[in-house]
Amino acid sequence: MSVLNGVSYGLLLFMLSAGLTLIFSMMGVLNFAHASFYMLGAYFAYQFSAWSNFWVGLLFAPIVVALLGGLFERFLLRKTHKFGHVPELLVTFGLSFVILEIVQLIWGRTSVDYPIPAAMSGSLFKVFDSTFQTYRGFMMLVAILMLVALYWVIKRTRIGLAIQAALTHPETTEALGHNVPRVFALVFAGGCALAGLAGVIGGNAFITEPGMAQSVGAIIFVVIVVGGMGSLAGALIASILIGLLQTFAVGLDWSFAGAFTTLGLAVTPETFGYPLWKLKLSQVAPILPFLLLVVMLVVRPKGIMGTRDE
Amino acid sequence: MSTGNIALETKELQAFYGKSHILQGVNVNVREGEIVALLGRNGAGRSTLAKAIMGMVDTKGEIVWRGNNIAGLKAYEVAHLGIGYVPESRDIFPKLTVHQNLMLGEKGTKAKSRWSFEDMYKMFPRLKERQHTEAGVLSGGEQQMLTLCRTLMGDPDLILIDEPTEGLAPAIVQLVAEYLRELKRRGISVVLIEQKLAIALQISDRVYVMGDRRIVFEGTPAQLKADSNVRKEWLEV
Repeated sequence: MSVLNGVSYGLLLFMLSAGLTLIFSMMGVLNFAHASFYMLGAYFAYQFSAWSNFWVGLLFAPIVVALLGGLFERFLLRKTHKFGHVPELLVTFGLSFVILEIVQLIWGRTSVDYPIPAAMSGSLFKVFDSTFQTYRGFMMLVAILMLVALYWVIKRTRIGLAIQAALTHPETTEALGHNVPRVFALVFAGGCALAGLAGVIGGNAFITEPGMAQSVGAIIFVVIVVGGMGSLAGALIASILIGLLQTFAVGLDWSFAGAFTTLGLAVTPETFGYPLWKLKLSQVAPILPFLLLVVMLVVRPKGIMGTRDE
Repeated sequence: MSTGNIALETKELQAFYGKSHILQGVNVNVREGEIVALLGRNGAGRSTLAKAIMGMVDTKGEIVWRGNNIAGLKAYEVAHLGIGYVPESRDIFPKLTVHQNLMLGEKGTKAKSRWSFEDMYKMFPRLKERQHTEAGVLSGGEQQMLTLCRTLMGDPDLILIDEPTEGLAPAIVQLVAEYLRELKRRGISVVLIEQKLAIALQISDRVYVMGDRRIVFEGTPAQLKADSNVRKEWLEV
Protein backbone atom coordinates (compact mmCIF):
# COMPACT_ATOMS: atom_id res chain seq x y z
CA MET A 1 0.00 0.00 0.00
CA SER A 2 2.80 2.39 0.91
CA VAL A 3 4.43 1.46 -2.37
CA LEU A 4 1.43 2.68 -4.37
CA ASN A 5 1.11 5.82 -2.28
CA GLY A 6 4.82 6.42 -2.62
CA VAL A 7 4.74 5.93 -6.38
CA SER A 8 1.77 8.26 -6.79
CA TYR A 9 3.53 10.94 -4.75
CA GLY A 10 6.72 10.31 -6.72
CA LEU A 11 4.90 10.70 -10.03
CA LEU A 12 3.49 13.99 -8.81
CA LEU A 13 7.03 15.12 -7.97
CA PHE A 14 8.07 14.09 -11.47
CA MET A 15 5.41 16.28 -13.06
CA LEU A 16 7.02 19.18 -11.26
CA SER A 17 10.64 18.26 -11.71
CA ALA A 18 10.29 17.34 -15.41
CA GLY A 19 9.52 20.95 -16.29
CA LEU A 20 12.13 22.29 -13.91
CA THR A 21 14.90 20.11 -15.26
CA LEU A 22 14.04 20.90 -18.91
CA ILE A 23 13.97 24.60 -18.15
CA PHE A 24 17.28 24.22 -16.34
CA SER A 25 18.94 22.61 -19.35
CA MET A 26 17.89 25.41 -21.62
CA MET A 27 18.48 28.42 -19.35
CA GLY A 28 21.43 27.07 -17.42
CA VAL A 29 19.88 28.37 -14.21
CA LEU A 30 17.22 27.06 -11.90
CA ASN A 31 13.78 28.56 -12.08
CA PHE A 32 13.04 29.45 -8.49
CA ALA A 33 9.45 30.27 -9.33
CA HIS A 34 8.70 26.79 -10.64
CA ALA A 35 6.95 25.61 -7.48
CA SER A 36 4.99 28.87 -7.51
CA PHE A 37 3.44 27.78 -10.80
CA TYR A 38 2.48 24.55 -9.03
CA MET A 39 0.74 26.62 -6.35
CA LEU A 40 -1.00 28.75 -8.98
CA GLY A 41 -2.27 25.56 -10.59
CA ALA A 42 -3.82 24.47 -7.31
CA TYR A 43 -5.45 27.84 -6.62
CA PHE A 44 -6.76 28.21 -10.18
CA ALA A 45 -8.20 24.70 -9.94
CA TYR A 46 -9.82 25.64 -6.63
CA GLN A 47 -11.32 28.72 -8.25
CA PHE A 48 -12.53 26.85 -11.32
CA SER A 49 -14.12 24.14 -9.19
CA ALA A 50 -15.81 26.78 -7.05
CA TRP A 51 -17.26 28.34 -10.21
CA SER A 52 -18.17 25.12 -11.98
CA ASN A 53 -16.50 21.79 -11.25
CA PHE A 54 -13.23 19.94 -10.85
CA TRP A 55 -13.00 18.80 -14.48
CA VAL A 56 -13.13 22.33 -15.81
CA GLY A 57 -10.25 23.16 -13.48
CA LEU A 58 -8.30 20.10 -14.58
CA LEU A 59 -8.52 21.30 -18.17
CA PHE A 60 -8.17 25.06 -17.85
CA ALA A 61 -5.95 25.67 -14.82
CA PRO A 62 -2.81 24.21 -16.52
CA ILE A 63 -3.59 26.22 -19.67
CA VAL A 64 -3.81 29.48 -17.73
CA VAL A 65 -0.60 28.65 -15.85
CA ALA A 66 1.14 27.87 -19.16
CA LEU A 67 0.03 31.23 -20.59
CA LEU A 68 1.35 33.09 -17.56
CA GLY A 69 4.62 31.16 -17.76
CA GLY A 70 4.97 31.88 -21.47
CA LEU A 71 4.33 35.60 -20.94
CA PHE A 72 6.88 35.68 -18.11
CA GLU A 73 9.50 34.02 -20.32
CA ARG A 74 8.77 36.25 -23.30
CA PHE A 75 8.65 39.62 -21.59
CA LEU A 76 10.88 39.31 -18.53
CA LEU A 77 13.18 36.33 -18.60
CA ARG A 78 14.26 36.70 -22.22
CA LYS A 79 15.12 40.35 -21.66
CA THR A 80 17.16 39.43 -18.59
CA HIS A 81 19.05 36.66 -20.39
CA LYS A 82 21.67 38.95 -21.94
CA PHE A 83 22.74 40.23 -18.51
CA GLY A 84 23.85 36.79 -17.40
CA HIS A 85 22.82 34.03 -15.07
CA VAL A 86 22.64 35.90 -11.77
CA PRO A 87 20.02 38.42 -12.92
CA GLU A 88 18.01 35.57 -14.45
CA LEU A 89 18.10 33.72 -11.16
CA LEU A 90 17.05 36.85 -9.29
CA VAL A 91 14.12 37.49 -11.63
CA THR A 92 12.71 34.02 -11.00
CA PHE A 93 13.41 34.39 -7.29
CA GLY A 94 11.54 37.70 -7.26
CA LEU A 95 8.67 36.21 -9.22
CA SER A 96 8.18 33.54 -6.57
CA PHE A 97 7.61 36.28 -3.96
CA VAL A 98 5.29 38.22 -6.25
CA ILE A 99 3.17 35.11 -6.87
CA LEU A 100 3.10 34.30 -3.16
CA GLU A 101 1.89 37.81 -2.26
CA ILE A 102 -0.71 37.87 -5.03
CA VAL A 103 -2.05 34.49 -3.95
CA GLN A 104 -2.33 35.71 -0.37
CA LEU A 105 -4.04 38.93 -1.49
CA ILE A 106 -6.66 37.10 -3.53
CA TRP A 107 -7.26 33.91 -1.56
CA GLY A 108 -6.06 34.81 1.94
CA ARG A 109 -3.28 33.53 4.16
CA THR A 110 -4.95 30.33 5.31
CA SER A 111 -5.70 27.20 3.33
CA VAL A 112 -8.69 27.09 0.98
CA ASP A 113 -11.25 24.30 0.83
CA TYR A 114 -10.37 22.59 -2.44
CA PRO A 115 -12.00 19.18 -2.10
CA ILE A 116 -11.43 15.94 -3.94
CA PRO A 117 -14.35 15.44 -6.36
CA ALA A 118 -17.09 13.42 -4.66
CA ALA A 119 -17.00 10.72 -7.32
CA MET A 120 -13.43 9.87 -6.34
CA SER A 121 -13.43 10.37 -2.58
CA GLY A 122 -13.94 6.67 -1.78
CA SER A 123 -11.41 3.91 -1.72
CA LEU A 124 -10.48 1.99 -4.82
CA PHE A 125 -9.57 -1.30 -3.15
CA LYS A 126 -8.46 -2.64 0.15
CA VAL A 127 -5.48 -4.76 1.10
CA PHE A 128 -5.60 -6.18 4.63
CA ASP A 129 -6.80 -3.21 6.65
CA SER A 130 -5.33 -0.37 4.62
CA THR A 131 -7.23 1.26 1.78
CA PHE A 132 -6.02 2.78 -1.45
CA GLN A 133 -7.95 5.93 -2.23
CA THR A 134 -9.60 6.24 -5.61
CA TYR A 135 -8.17 9.72 -5.96
CA ARG A 136 -4.62 8.43 -5.52
CA GLY A 137 -5.31 6.05 -8.38
CA PHE A 138 -6.56 8.96 -10.44
CA MET A 139 -3.39 10.92 -9.66
CA MET A 140 -1.28 8.02 -10.88
CA LEU A 141 -3.34 7.72 -14.03
CA VAL A 142 -2.98 11.41 -14.87
CA ALA A 143 0.74 11.33 -14.11
CA ILE A 144 1.33 8.26 -16.25
CA LEU A 145 -0.68 9.72 -19.13
CA MET A 146 1.45 12.84 -18.83
CA LEU A 147 4.62 10.77 -18.78
CA VAL A 148 3.62 8.92 -21.94
CA ALA A 149 2.57 12.15 -23.66
CA LEU A 150 5.80 13.89 -22.69
CA TYR A 151 7.87 10.97 -23.92
CA TRP A 152 5.96 10.90 -27.18
CA VAL A 153 6.31 14.63 -27.78
CA ILE A 154 10.03 14.69 -27.08
CA LYS A 155 11.02 11.49 -28.85
CA ARG A 156 8.56 11.25 -31.69
CA THR A 157 7.60 14.70 -32.90
CA ARG A 158 9.54 17.20 -34.92
CA ILE A 159 9.17 19.88 -32.25
CA GLY A 160 10.51 17.37 -29.71
CA LEU A 161 13.57 16.76 -31.87
CA ALA A 162 14.05 20.50 -32.17
CA ILE A 163 13.82 20.80 -28.37
CA GLN A 164 16.45 18.11 -27.85
CA ALA A 165 18.71 19.73 -30.43
CA ALA A 166 18.22 23.26 -29.11
CA LEU A 167 18.95 22.25 -25.53
CA THR A 168 22.48 21.12 -26.40
CA HIS A 169 23.32 23.08 -29.58
CA PRO A 170 21.17 26.24 -29.69
CA GLU A 171 23.33 28.09 -32.26
CA THR A 172 23.50 25.27 -34.78
CA THR A 173 19.79 24.55 -34.39
CA GLU A 174 18.97 28.17 -35.08
CA ALA A 175 21.26 28.29 -38.12
CA LEU A 176 19.26 25.38 -39.58
CA GLY A 177 16.20 27.61 -39.53
CA HIS A 178 14.57 26.73 -36.22
CA ASN A 179 13.17 29.62 -34.21
CA VAL A 180 15.07 28.72 -31.04
CA PRO A 181 13.72 31.56 -28.87
CA ARG A 182 10.22 30.34 -29.66
CA VAL A 183 11.20 26.76 -28.84
CA PHE A 184 12.50 27.96 -25.48
CA ALA A 185 9.31 29.89 -24.75
CA LEU A 186 7.33 26.73 -25.59
CA VAL A 187 9.47 24.63 -23.25
CA PHE A 188 9.04 27.17 -20.49
CA ALA A 189 5.27 27.34 -20.97
CA GLY A 190 5.08 23.55 -21.24
CA GLY A 191 7.05 23.11 -18.03
CA CYS A 192 4.72 25.56 -16.31
CA ALA A 193 1.70 23.68 -17.63
CA LEU A 194 3.04 20.46 -16.08
CA ALA A 195 3.64 22.26 -12.79
CA GLY A 196 0.11 23.67 -12.99
CA LEU A 197 -1.32 20.23 -13.68
CA ALA A 198 0.56 18.86 -10.68
CA GLY A 199 -1.00 21.66 -8.65
CA VAL A 200 -4.49 20.76 -9.85
CA ILE A 201 -4.21 17.14 -8.79
CA GLY A 202 -1.90 17.68 -5.81
CA GLY A 203 -3.69 20.67 -4.32
CA ASN A 204 -6.68 18.66 -3.18
CA ALA A 205 -4.80 15.45 -2.43
CA PHE A 206 -2.70 17.39 0.05
CA ILE A 207 -3.56 20.95 0.98
CA THR A 208 -3.93 24.20 -0.94
CA GLU A 209 -2.27 26.95 1.07
CA PRO A 210 0.26 29.75 0.49
CA GLY A 211 3.04 27.64 2.01
CA MET A 212 2.65 24.82 -0.51
CA ALA A 213 5.08 26.27 -3.04
CA GLN A 214 7.87 26.54 -0.53
CA SER A 215 7.42 23.09 0.92
CA VAL A 216 7.38 21.31 -2.42
CA GLY A 217 9.94 23.67 -3.99
CA ALA A 218 12.73 22.41 -1.77
CA ILE A 219 11.86 18.79 -2.55
CA ILE A 220 11.90 19.21 -6.32
CA PHE A 221 15.31 20.86 -6.17
CA VAL A 222 16.50 17.76 -4.35
CA VAL A 223 14.88 15.62 -7.05
CA ILE A 224 16.65 17.26 -9.96
CA VAL A 225 20.03 17.37 -8.23
CA VAL A 226 19.78 13.72 -7.19
CA GLY A 227 18.48 12.72 -10.61
CA GLY A 228 21.17 14.68 -12.44
CA MET A 229 20.61 18.24 -13.61
CA GLY A 230 18.88 18.32 -16.97
CA SER A 231 18.11 14.60 -17.15
CA LEU A 232 14.46 13.64 -17.53
CA ALA A 233 15.07 9.94 -16.84
CA GLY A 234 17.10 10.86 -13.76
CA ALA A 235 14.30 13.12 -12.55
CA LEU A 236 11.82 10.26 -12.92
CA ILE A 237 13.98 7.83 -10.94
CA ALA A 238 14.75 10.38 -8.23
CA SER A 239 11.07 11.40 -7.96
CA ILE A 240 9.91 7.84 -7.38
CA LEU A 241 12.80 7.22 -5.00
CA ILE A 242 11.98 10.23 -2.89
CA GLY A 243 8.25 9.54 -3.04
CA LEU A 244 8.84 6.02 -1.72
CA LEU A 245 11.39 7.17 0.84
CA GLN A 246 9.05 9.69 2.36
CA THR A 247 5.98 7.50 2.31
CA PHE A 248 7.76 4.53 3.87
CA ALA A 249 9.56 6.58 6.48
CA VAL A 250 6.30 8.09 7.74
CA GLY A 251 4.91 4.62 8.35
CA LEU A 252 7.89 3.25 10.24
CA ASP A 253 8.72 3.83 13.90
CA TRP A 254 12.24 2.50 13.76
CA SER A 255 14.79 4.31 15.86
CA PHE A 256 18.43 3.86 16.85
CA ALA A 257 17.25 3.11 20.40
CA GLY A 258 15.14 0.24 19.08
CA ALA A 259 18.03 -1.05 17.00
CA PHE A 260 20.40 -0.93 19.98
CA THR A 261 17.89 -2.79 22.15
CA THR A 262 17.55 -5.46 19.50
CA LEU A 263 21.33 -5.80 19.51
CA GLY A 264 21.23 -6.28 23.27
CA LEU A 265 22.47 -2.84 24.22
CA ALA A 266 20.55 -1.11 26.96
CA VAL A 267 19.42 2.37 26.03
CA THR A 268 17.97 4.48 28.82
CA PRO A 269 17.24 8.20 29.14
CA GLU A 270 20.67 8.45 30.81
CA THR A 271 22.57 7.09 27.78
CA PHE A 272 24.72 9.66 25.97
CA GLY A 273 22.85 11.17 23.03
CA TYR A 274 19.50 9.71 24.06
CA PRO A 275 17.41 12.47 22.40
CA LEU A 276 19.00 11.51 19.06
CA TRP A 277 18.68 7.74 19.54
CA LYS A 278 15.02 7.87 20.50
CA LEU A 279 14.00 9.77 17.34
CA LYS A 280 11.73 7.63 15.23
CA LEU A 281 12.22 7.34 11.49
CA SER A 282 8.75 8.76 11.03
CA GLN A 283 9.79 11.88 12.91
CA VAL A 284 12.81 12.53 10.71
CA ALA A 285 10.99 11.69 7.45
CA PRO A 286 10.87 15.31 6.27
CA ILE A 287 14.65 15.66 6.38
CA LEU A 288 15.39 12.38 4.60
CA PRO A 289 15.32 13.89 1.10
CA PHE A 290 17.88 16.47 2.15
CA LEU A 291 20.01 13.80 3.75
CA LEU A 292 19.84 11.94 0.45
CA LEU A 293 20.86 15.15 -1.33
CA VAL A 294 23.94 15.56 0.86
CA VAL A 295 24.94 11.92 0.45
CA MET A 296 24.43 12.16 -3.31
CA LEU A 297 26.54 15.29 -3.60
CA VAL A 298 29.36 13.57 -1.75
CA VAL A 299 29.17 10.23 -3.56
CA ARG A 300 28.12 11.18 -7.09
CA PRO A 301 27.85 14.95 -7.54
CA LYS A 302 26.52 14.73 -11.09
CA GLY A 303 23.43 12.82 -9.98
CA ILE A 304 22.03 9.43 -10.94
CA MET A 305 21.75 10.06 -14.67
CA GLY A 306 23.89 13.18 -14.86
CA THR A 307 26.27 13.36 -17.80
CA ARG A 308 28.22 16.46 -16.92
CA ASP A 309 31.77 15.64 -15.94
CA GLU A 310 32.85 18.40 -13.67
CA MET B 1 33.02 30.53 -65.61
CA SER B 2 31.17 32.84 -63.29
CA THR B 3 27.90 33.85 -64.79
CA GLY B 4 24.62 34.90 -63.19
CA ASN B 5 23.73 37.88 -61.07
CA ILE B 6 25.27 38.71 -57.75
CA ALA B 7 23.44 36.64 -55.11
CA LEU B 8 25.20 37.75 -51.95
CA GLU B 9 27.33 40.79 -51.31
CA THR B 10 28.84 42.27 -48.16
CA LYS B 11 29.61 45.99 -48.06
CA GLU B 12 32.15 47.29 -45.55
CA LEU B 13 31.14 44.51 -43.19
CA GLN B 14 32.47 44.70 -39.65
CA ALA B 15 31.91 42.08 -36.97
CA PHE B 16 32.40 41.90 -33.25
CA TYR B 17 32.74 39.27 -30.57
CA GLY B 18 31.85 41.20 -27.44
CA LYS B 19 34.42 44.02 -27.46
CA SER B 20 36.87 42.51 -29.96
CA HIS B 21 36.66 43.75 -33.52
CA ILE B 22 37.07 40.72 -35.77
CA LEU B 23 36.17 41.94 -39.27
CA GLN B 24 37.29 45.39 -40.39
CA GLY B 25 35.38 46.35 -43.50
CA VAL B 26 35.02 43.24 -45.67
CA ASN B 27 33.68 43.43 -49.24
CA VAL B 28 32.95 40.12 -50.95
CA ASN B 29 30.36 38.97 -53.46
CA VAL B 30 29.07 35.63 -54.70
CA ARG B 31 27.18 35.11 -57.96
CA GLU B 32 24.31 32.71 -58.46
CA GLY B 33 25.66 29.20 -58.95
CA GLU B 34 29.25 30.19 -58.25
CA ILE B 35 31.73 28.46 -55.93
CA VAL B 36 33.84 30.99 -54.10
CA ALA B 37 36.73 29.88 -51.91
CA LEU B 38 37.66 31.89 -48.87
CA LEU B 39 41.27 31.19 -48.00
CA GLY B 40 43.58 32.37 -45.27
CA ARG B 41 45.32 31.28 -42.12
CA ASN B 42 43.56 30.46 -38.89
CA GLY B 43 42.42 33.60 -37.14
CA ALA B 44 42.20 35.63 -40.35
CA GLY B 45 38.47 36.06 -39.78
CA ARG B 46 37.04 33.60 -42.32
CA SER B 47 34.79 31.74 -39.89
CA THR B 48 33.62 35.01 -38.44
CA LEU B 49 32.65 36.21 -41.91
CA ALA B 50 30.41 33.14 -42.31
CA LYS B 51 28.89 33.67 -38.87
CA ALA B 52 28.38 37.37 -39.60
CA ILE B 53 26.44 36.55 -42.78
CA MET B 54 24.30 34.11 -40.76
CA GLY B 55 23.54 36.77 -38.14
CA MET B 56 25.31 34.84 -35.40
CA VAL B 57 27.60 37.71 -34.37
CA ASP B 58 27.04 41.47 -34.04
CA THR B 59 27.78 43.34 -37.26
CA LYS B 60 27.99 46.77 -38.85
CA GLY B 61 27.75 47.39 -42.58
CA GLU B 62 25.52 45.78 -45.18
CA ILE B 63 24.87 42.18 -46.14
CA VAL B 64 22.81 42.18 -49.33
CA TRP B 65 21.04 38.94 -50.29
CA ARG B 66 19.24 39.09 -53.64
CA GLY B 67 18.76 42.83 -53.31
CA ASN B 68 17.71 43.02 -49.66
CA ASN B 69 19.87 44.04 -46.72
CA ILE B 70 19.72 41.15 -44.29
CA ALA B 71 22.16 42.52 -41.69
CA GLY B 72 20.62 42.34 -38.23
CA LEU B 73 18.29 39.44 -38.96
CA LYS B 74 18.32 36.46 -36.63
CA ALA B 75 20.04 33.25 -37.76
CA TYR B 76 16.78 31.34 -38.27
CA GLU B 77 15.41 34.16 -40.43
CA VAL B 78 18.56 34.17 -42.57
CA ALA B 79 18.23 30.39 -42.93
CA HIS B 80 14.63 30.76 -44.10
CA LEU B 81 15.75 33.21 -46.80
CA GLY B 82 17.75 30.37 -48.37
CA ILE B 83 21.23 30.66 -46.88
CA GLY B 84 22.59 27.45 -45.39
CA TYR B 85 25.49 27.13 -42.98
CA VAL B 86 27.72 24.14 -42.26
CA PRO B 87 29.64 24.93 -39.07
CA GLU B 88 33.31 24.15 -38.69
CA SER B 89 32.95 22.09 -35.52
CA ARG B 90 30.82 19.35 -37.17
CA ASP B 91 28.12 20.27 -34.73
CA ILE B 92 25.94 17.19 -35.11
CA PHE B 93 23.26 16.47 -32.51
CA PRO B 94 25.00 13.54 -30.80
CA LYS B 95 22.01 12.00 -29.03
CA LEU B 96 19.80 11.93 -32.13
CA THR B 97 20.05 9.36 -34.90
CA VAL B 98 21.50 10.15 -38.29
CA HIS B 99 18.01 10.24 -39.78
CA GLN B 100 16.71 12.53 -37.05
CA ASN B 101 19.65 14.86 -37.62
CA LEU B 102 18.68 15.08 -41.30
CA MET B 103 15.03 15.68 -40.34
CA LEU B 104 16.10 18.70 -38.32
CA GLY B 105 17.77 20.08 -41.42
CA GLU B 106 14.36 20.35 -43.08
CA LYS B 107 12.64 23.64 -42.44
CA GLY B 108 9.11 22.30 -42.30
CA THR B 109 7.82 24.70 -44.93
CA LYS B 110 5.34 23.68 -47.59
CA ALA B 111 7.69 24.24 -50.51
CA LYS B 112 9.14 21.09 -51.99
CA SER B 113 12.85 20.73 -51.31
CA ARG B 114 15.06 19.88 -54.26
CA TRP B 115 16.79 17.31 -52.01
CA SER B 116 15.34 14.16 -50.50
CA PHE B 117 16.64 11.75 -47.87
CA GLU B 118 17.29 9.36 -50.75
CA ASP B 119 19.55 11.89 -52.51
CA MET B 120 21.60 12.18 -49.34
CA TYR B 121 21.85 8.46 -48.83
CA LYS B 122 22.81 7.98 -52.48
CA MET B 123 25.55 10.56 -52.21
CA PHE B 124 26.91 9.07 -48.97
CA PRO B 125 25.91 5.38 -48.70
CA ARG B 126 27.68 5.27 -45.31
CA LEU B 127 24.93 7.46 -43.89
CA LYS B 128 22.23 5.12 -45.14
CA GLU B 129 23.89 2.18 -43.41
CA ARG B 130 24.01 4.13 -40.18
CA GLN B 131 20.71 6.01 -40.42
CA HIS B 132 19.36 4.63 -37.13
CA THR B 133 22.65 5.04 -35.24
CA GLU B 134 23.19 7.82 -32.72
CA ALA B 135 25.17 10.49 -34.52
CA GLY B 136 27.53 10.85 -31.57
CA VAL B 137 29.22 7.52 -32.29
CA LEU B 138 29.94 8.23 -35.96
CA SER B 139 33.52 8.74 -37.14
CA GLY B 140 34.74 12.26 -37.88
CA GLY B 141 34.29 11.78 -41.61
CA GLU B 142 30.75 10.45 -41.21
CA GLN B 143 29.86 13.35 -38.96
CA GLN B 144 31.16 15.73 -41.62
CA MET B 145 28.99 14.05 -44.27
CA LEU B 146 26.05 14.35 -41.90
CA THR B 147 26.47 18.10 -41.29
CA LEU B 148 26.87 18.70 -45.02
CA CYS B 149 23.68 16.76 -45.76
CA ARG B 150 21.74 18.18 -42.83
CA THR B 151 22.16 21.71 -44.14
CA LEU B 152 21.24 20.63 -47.69
CA MET B 153 17.94 19.19 -46.42
CA GLY B 154 16.91 22.79 -45.74
CA ASP B 155 17.16 23.44 -49.49
CA PRO B 156 19.48 26.47 -49.43
CA ASP B 157 20.24 28.51 -52.56
CA LEU B 158 23.61 29.48 -51.11
CA ILE B 159 25.63 27.45 -48.68
CA LEU B 160 28.47 28.58 -46.40
CA ILE B 161 30.78 25.67 -45.61
CA ASP B 162 33.45 26.06 -42.97
CA GLU B 163 36.53 23.80 -43.22
CA PRO B 164 34.74 20.65 -44.49
CA THR B 165 37.91 18.63 -45.06
CA GLU B 166 39.77 19.44 -41.85
CA GLY B 167 41.31 16.33 -40.36
CA LEU B 168 39.72 13.96 -42.90
CA ALA B 169 41.33 11.04 -44.73
CA PRO B 170 42.06 11.65 -48.45
CA ALA B 171 39.30 9.26 -49.59
CA ILE B 172 36.72 11.24 -47.65
CA VAL B 173 38.13 14.53 -48.91
CA GLN B 174 37.37 13.22 -52.42
CA LEU B 175 33.77 12.51 -51.34
CA VAL B 176 33.45 16.07 -50.07
CA ALA B 177 34.82 17.36 -53.38
CA GLU B 178 32.21 15.27 -55.23
CA TYR B 179 29.51 16.75 -52.97
CA LEU B 180 30.66 20.27 -53.88
CA ARG B 181 30.51 19.43 -57.60
CA GLU B 182 26.98 18.10 -57.14
CA LEU B 183 25.98 21.42 -55.57
CA LYS B 184 27.40 23.22 -58.57
CA ARG B 185 25.49 20.98 -60.99
CA ARG B 186 22.29 21.91 -59.23
CA GLY B 187 23.06 25.62 -59.39
CA ILE B 188 23.69 26.27 -55.72
CA SER B 189 26.13 29.01 -54.77
CA VAL B 190 28.88 27.98 -52.38
CA VAL B 191 31.18 29.90 -50.09
CA LEU B 192 33.91 27.43 -49.22
CA ILE B 193 36.21 28.19 -46.31
CA GLU B 194 39.25 25.98 -46.80
CA GLN B 195 42.73 25.39 -45.52
CA LYS B 196 43.71 22.89 -48.23
CA LEU B 197 44.81 24.98 -51.18
CA ALA B 198 44.68 22.08 -53.64
CA ILE B 199 40.99 21.28 -53.29
CA ALA B 200 40.00 24.93 -53.16
CA LEU B 201 41.86 25.81 -56.35
CA GLN B 202 40.58 22.72 -58.12
CA ILE B 203 36.91 23.36 -57.41
CA SER B 204 36.29 27.07 -57.05
CA ASP B 205 35.45 29.66 -59.68
CA ARG B 206 36.87 32.55 -57.72
CA VAL B 207 39.09 32.97 -54.68
CA TYR B 208 39.33 35.50 -51.88
CA VAL B 209 42.26 35.49 -49.49
CA MET B 210 41.70 36.90 -46.05
CA GLY B 211 44.48 38.10 -43.83
CA ASP B 212 44.49 40.25 -40.78
CA ARG B 213 40.68 40.65 -40.68
CA ARG B 214 40.24 41.95 -44.22
CA ILE B 215 40.38 40.79 -47.85
CA VAL B 216 43.93 40.88 -49.21
CA PHE B 217 43.44 39.15 -52.58
CA GLU B 218 40.60 38.59 -55.02
CA GLY B 219 40.86 36.69 -58.29
CA THR B 220 40.63 33.39 -60.14
CA PRO B 221 42.46 30.26 -59.01
CA ALA B 222 44.86 30.73 -61.90
CA GLN B 223 45.69 34.26 -60.80
CA LEU B 224 46.35 33.05 -57.26
CA LYS B 225 48.61 30.29 -58.53
CA ALA B 226 50.59 32.92 -60.44
CA ASP B 227 50.88 35.29 -57.50
CA SER B 228 53.51 33.77 -55.26
CA ASN B 229 53.78 36.90 -53.11
CA VAL B 230 50.20 36.61 -51.89
CA ARG B 231 50.62 32.91 -51.25
CA LYS B 232 53.85 33.44 -49.34
CA GLU B 233 52.57 36.29 -47.24
CA TRP B 234 49.04 35.15 -46.45
CA LEU B 235 48.71 31.42 -47.00
CA GLU B 236 51.85 29.39 -46.59
CA VAL B 237 52.75 28.52 -43.06
